[in-house]
Order: sequence, then structure tokens, then C-alpha cells
Amino acid sequence: MSNETTATTTRRGQAPRGERIADWADGRLGIYSLAKSNMRKIFPDHWSFMLGEVALYSFIIIILTGVYLTLFFHPSMAEVTYHGSYVPMHGIRMTQAFESTLNISFDVRGGLLIRQIHHWAALVFLAAMMVHMMRVFFTGAFRKPREVNWLFGFLLFVLGMFTGFTGYSLPDDLLSGTGVRFIEGVILAMPLVGSYLQMFIFGGEFPGHDIIPRFFTVHVLLLPGIMLGLLVAHLILVFYHKHTQFPGAGKTNNNVVGMPLLPVYMAKAGGFFFLVFGVISVIAAVASINPVWAIGPYRPDQVSTGAQPDWYMGFAEGLVRVMPGWEWNFWGHTINFGVLIPILVFPLVLVAIAVYPFIESWVRGDKREHHILDRPRNVPTRTGFGVAWLVAYFVMLIGGGNDLWATHFHLSINSITWFVRIAFFVGPVLAFIATKRICLGLQRRDKDKVLHGRESGIIKRLPHGEFIEVHEPLNQEQLHVLTQHEQPEPLELGPEVDENGVRRKLKRTQKLRAKLSKGYYGEDNVIPKPTVEEYKEITSGHGHH
Amino acid sequence: MKKLSARRRHPLAALVVLLFALAVTGGLYAAFAPADKAQADDTAQSLAIKEGKKLFAVGCASCHGTGGQGTSDGPSLVGVGAAAVDFQVGTGRMPAQQPGAQVPRKRNIYNNAQIDQLAAYVASLGPGPSVPDKAQYSADGADIGKGGELFRTNCAQCHNFTGKGGALTNGKFAPTLEGVDPKHIYEAMQTGPQNMPSFGDGTLSPQNKKDIVAYLGAVNGDKTASPGGMELGGLGPVTEGLFGYIFGLGACVAVAIWVAARTTKAKKS
Repeated sequence: MSNETTATTTRRGQAPRGERIADWADGRLGIYSLAKSNMRKIFPDHWSFMLGEVALYSFIIIILTGVYLTLFFHPSMAEVTYHGSYVPMHGIRMTQAFESTLNISFDVRGGLLIRQIHHWAALVFLAAMMVHMMRVFFTGAFRKPREVNWLFGFLLFVLGMFTGFTGYSLPDDLLSGTGVRFIEGVILAMPLVGSYLQMFIFGGEFPGHDIIPRFFTVHVLLLPGIMLGLLVAHLILVFYHKHTQFPGAGKTNNNVVGMPLLPVYMAKAGGFFFLVFGVISVIAAVASINPVWAIGPYRPDQVSTGAQPDWYMGFAEGLVRVMPGWEWNFWGHTINFGVLIPILVFPLVLVAIAVYPFIESWVRGDKREHHILDRPRNVPTRTGFGVAWLVAYFVMLIGGGNDLWATHFHLSINSITWFVRIAFFVGPVLAFIATKRICLGLQRRDKDKVLHGRESGIIKRLPHGEFIEVHEPLNQEQLHVLTQHEQPEPLELGPEVDENGVRRKLKRTQKLRAKLSKGYYGEDNVIPKPTVEEYKEITSGHGHH
Repeated sequence: MKKLSARRRHPLAALVVLLFALAVTGGLYAAFAPADKAQADDTAQSLAIKEGKKLFAVGCASCHGTGGQGTSDGPSLVGVGAAAVDFQVGTGRMPAQQPGAQVPRKRNIYNNAQIDQLAAYVASLGPGPSVPDKAQYSADGADIGKGGELFRTNCAQCHNFTGKGGALTNGKFAPTLEGVDPKHIYEAMQTGPQNMPSFGDGTLSPQNKKDIVAYLGAVNGDKTASPGGMELGGLGPVTEGLFGYIFGLGACVAVAIWVAARTTKAKKS
């Protein structure tokens, strides 16, 4: 680098201005080598790899619009009487937080649109993160070396939930105030420390004057700050690990087939950012979200039906809604199981999906790196677990919206609650079994396709009168995609007795591991893929078509 | 004239004059006297009750009993008042189609005169709230802001923030207040139909009721503007989440598929 600089300066006296700026910057920041190694980074092309991008872009949109909103929002719980532009609210006493939200909606230029973009982008952000996470899960992209990045992503999702929740609470409308009341109940339900914690967090009895300013700091500074850090780490790791790719011709575990970051992906990603921004803006322009003016200011003595959190907290709402209201009273203490159990189940459900990669790698005893994605059907147990988790999650979402299901489908809310209670336990099991069977069916079909080709739908009559369907053989690439996956043998415990004829002592974990491993790769859980011999025999043309 | 004057001494002349005078006085009395009108109304009222009783016998008596005293299938109507009848029949809830958790609103099959007759009959069974007149439930002189506060305090628990409705236990529900006649909202507060508690004038003064009706007209009426765009049912985060998933994320995914499908292809050499 320095050699080149000396060369140009000696030859022409002055290098072009752009080059001098680049030189100046490189001398101080060392970006040249960084750029050189990363600008030509290859990324594979698939729409599902862009789900994370949707999340990233909606996060950027949230930050941009959020900054605008902070310019006009007053995070204060001081009481004022409204005299602004929205007539049906005239003369109503409310907090400054709510008043400033009304002002943003009706008096600040572009305020309502920005508010709606902010809120819609938050819903899309969480939805995109979840769908992105599911893509990573079902394709096995979380395997070594990406387990840590999986955890970063998971943390981003959880922090996103809480950032969203604190933001939802800020306008101090009747809906969000009910949500804060819910959180107060959750805190109070914690045995022993609950009431102290409540006093500490709320700075006194509910609602007090502190919770909105505190949530504001958490919402605009603390959580987004942590998320930004995690996001950068997440992206650095994506760069460092390189992107995974679906199996295909020329794609191996040691290469990445795709297009370079510069210029192709810069252009595509940049354009895609504006498209996502456009989609969210259009939605924010046509569809109302959180119409605080219709909902009214929060007062602890008021509550409305249909008070739900935003969707990402809906499954926590469902857990509390369907839990029977059990409680114990002893020695002047109350343990409220109606809330305590849901708040214990809530993290468990989340953690179940977060730790899965580690469980799978332990069961498989697999310490190799994986850069080629799995087709979900080829790992029926993992796919079944993922679907079971989703079923549990969405059953709880039904529980969270049980009142709307009741009114809109003319059902009894009690029956829905009972359905959810049962389905939360039974649904995942059924889903697991059904998904596994479907996966195995698809594996059989793949095998059939490899050996007999694709059914062409053409019926041919042979000279002696027999009708057959013409099967088109697959081409080389299709054959590769259907047969490239590994089918590991299940873990064996080894002989029961050692070389001296003494019974071997097996740890319980070893037995469990062997059992689980059988669940993954045992005879009933995998359809052996066609062998070369089978393929050759069938395609050699002896009496086959 | 000559003929008339010739007979003025006729023995029956006095009688004729007397009859004439009586007829004129009576006629004028009948035409102008207010007391007379009241008497005629009374007849109409008793006629309405009579007609109402007939309608009642056909449409209501099977459940409420022939005298409105109630049976195992339907409550007693003694003392529910005309307002209750006007509400229940006027919104099509009564006569009920079938027993169930709650009788839903449906097409009203009685005309206004018939409803008035039924109301008159039921009102005659015992004293109860009468049908409010327009001045009571019109938005003139109402405080919308106050109405909103009262609505959120007393009604929103079941009917949602702006009266979009909500679920109650075991298939019962608080119906949506969208497109409900202000008169019927007022009557519902007065009489507490089905699962709704009644808000008598001691609980919510007539002015309070008027404010609430006006608030609903402002936030859930035909001319209510939705500044933020489509209301999505006004049901809160559940529909918003569904909409965000399907149209927000859905559109983003569609765009992603489109972008991914349009890529620079490596040239085959």
C-alpha cells in the first residue's frame, strides 16, 4: 500500500483527489484490507435468506422513526387536561405521555404516519425475526459453527419482545396501561420478592409517577443499545462464518456459490431496504394501528374487553388466560399459581427452542462444521420438534385471543379455553408424530423419484396392449439434491459386557443419548436413501421402464 | 223565508230549535274541546293495549305466558316497561328464534305501530321505563368527552373501547354497538337487556346516558372518521398482529422472492 502511494506521488506530484482521501482514511482506519477481504464476499441467492434482511431493515426503520417520535413525546405521568384538536377527548384528564401521543397523532406534521410506521415496523420486525429463526431452525443452519450466532439471534428476538412491550406501554392509553397492570401482576406473583420488586420498579403503589419515564429509558436507550450491539455481532458472525447454502450442483461444504457483495448484493440489499421501507410505509398509510384516541387515556379504575398485547407477547397472554386461577394462602402469604406458573412456562417455551442446537449436536455426537443446509424432510425428528414447538406457540396465541375467537366464530369462550388447555399438551405431540410421518413419506417419494424418475402423466400403450405411465428420469443435478444428504448410523452403546466378561457400567446419560440417537436415525425414523447399486440395477433397463 | 216564518208558531218549533241547538253545541264541543280529544286518545290507548294483547298472544305468550307473567321458558314481563319491549322487538331480538346462551339481534318483523301496541300492552302490566323521546337521546347538548369517560368506566369492560363488542362466559357476548339506533342504546341502558346490567337513572343520570350515546355516535357512528386509515375492526392488537403478519411480512416475503428471482446470472461459457 505504502509502496503504491510513493510511486504515484513521485510520478505525478499529486494523486487524484479521491485517491488522496482514500489514502488519508486508510492510513488512519485501515479499511483497505478490511474492504478487500469483504467486498467480494460471496452470498448465495435464495429468498428465504432475505428474511433476516427484512428484520434488519425493519429494525433500521424503527430506529429512524423512533428518533423522530422522541422529539415530540413527553415521557411524563403528570396530569393535564386535554384541549387539543381531537374533540371527543376534550376536557379529559390524562398524563402528559398520553397527551403528547395525541399531539403527535393530530398536531405534529407527519406524526401519525411516523407513529404508525414505527408500530407496524415493530410488528413486522418481530414477525420477520421469528420466521427467520424458523428458516434457520428447519434447515439446520444453526449447526456448528453457527450455534453462538443462533443464540445471538434468539436474544435479539427476546429483547425485541421486551423492547416492543415497553414501547407499547409508553403512550399510557387504556390498552397499554392495562398491559402495565398485567406486568405489575406478574411481578407481584413472584413469591417473597414480588411486593418489594413491585415497589422498586414502580416507585410506589401502582401506577405511580415513575413507570413511564423508566420504560422510556429502557425502550429508547437500554434495550435498543444492547440490541444494536448484538445485531452488529450477529452480522459480523454471518460474515465470518460465510453464508450457508442449499444443496445443489457444485455446492459443497467448502465453498459458497453465489454473487459477490459488491456490487451485486450491495445493490440488491440496498434496493431491498427501500422496498421493505415502502411496504411498511404503505401499510402504515392505509391501516390504522393502536388508535389511542379511540382507546382513551389510562385510568386504573377502567378496563376494556379485547385488551391484548401485541402479537409477540400474545402467547404469554394466552398462558395467563388459560391457566386456572389457583392460589395458596399460608402464614399471611399468597402464592398465586394462576400467574406464577405461566411466567415460569413462558421462559421455558422460549428456552426450549434456544437450546435445541446444543441438544441435537450432543445427541448426534457431531462436531463437524456444516455449511450445506438440510432439507427439513431429511431430519424428521428435528422438523417434528420444530413443528411441535410452533403448535404450542400458536395454540397459546389462540388462548391469548380467546375472546375474539369466541365472538367472531360464535363459540363459547370457556370451550376455547379448555381446548387451549388440552391442545397445549396434546397438540405438540400429535404435530410431532404427524410431521415425522409426513417427512418419512416425502423421503420415500424422493427415493421413488430417484429410482423411477418423475411421473410424466403420459400414458403409453405397449404393442401387446399393456398401459404404462412414462417416467422421466431425473437429471444429474436433481439426483444430487435428492441423494447428497448423509444418513448417520444411530449411536451404539457397544457390547453389554467388556472383554473380561464383566457387565459394563453405563451412565444414565449415555443410555438416554443412545435412545435419542435412535429416535433420530433408528430404523423407523429414516428411509434409507437409494444406493448406487439399486440405482444402477433399476436404470440398466432390464425389464424396467 | 215566508215558509219558515209561517211555521214559527208551530207546536213542534220549539223542539226543532232545541234539537238544532243541541246538535250545534255538541258538534262544536266535539270539535274544539280538549277534554274530548283526551277521551279519544284513551280509546286509542285501550285499543293499542287490546291490539298489543292480540299480538302478544301470537308472538310472545308461548314463552312469556298468556298474561306476560313468565314461564319456565321466558321471564315475567310485569314491570319491564315499554322501553324494554321497544328495545327487544325493535332490534329483532324478540320474538326469539331459539333458546340459547343469548338471543342475537336479527331482522325486525314488526312494524312500528305493532311494536307500539306490544309496548303499550306490556307497559299496562306494571309500571316500568317508557320509550325515551328524541330529545333524550339526541346528541344536542351532550358532552362527548364526558360520555367517553363514562363509557370507558361503565361499558368498555364488555363492549370494548369504542363499542365493537366482546365475549362473555359460556357463549354469551356483549354485542357490537355499531349501527345501533341511539334510541335502542338508551333503552338498553335503561332496561339492561339479557346479560347486561341495567343502568337506571339513579346510576347513570339521563344526561350521562345522553353523553354516552353521543360519544358512541362520535367514535362508532356512520360518519366517524378513522384518521389512521382502515380500522381493522377496531379490535386492537389481535387483528393488527394478524394484518401485520399476512400483509406486512407477507408483502416483504413476496418482494424478497421477486428480488431473489431477478439476479445477475453467471454467463455460461
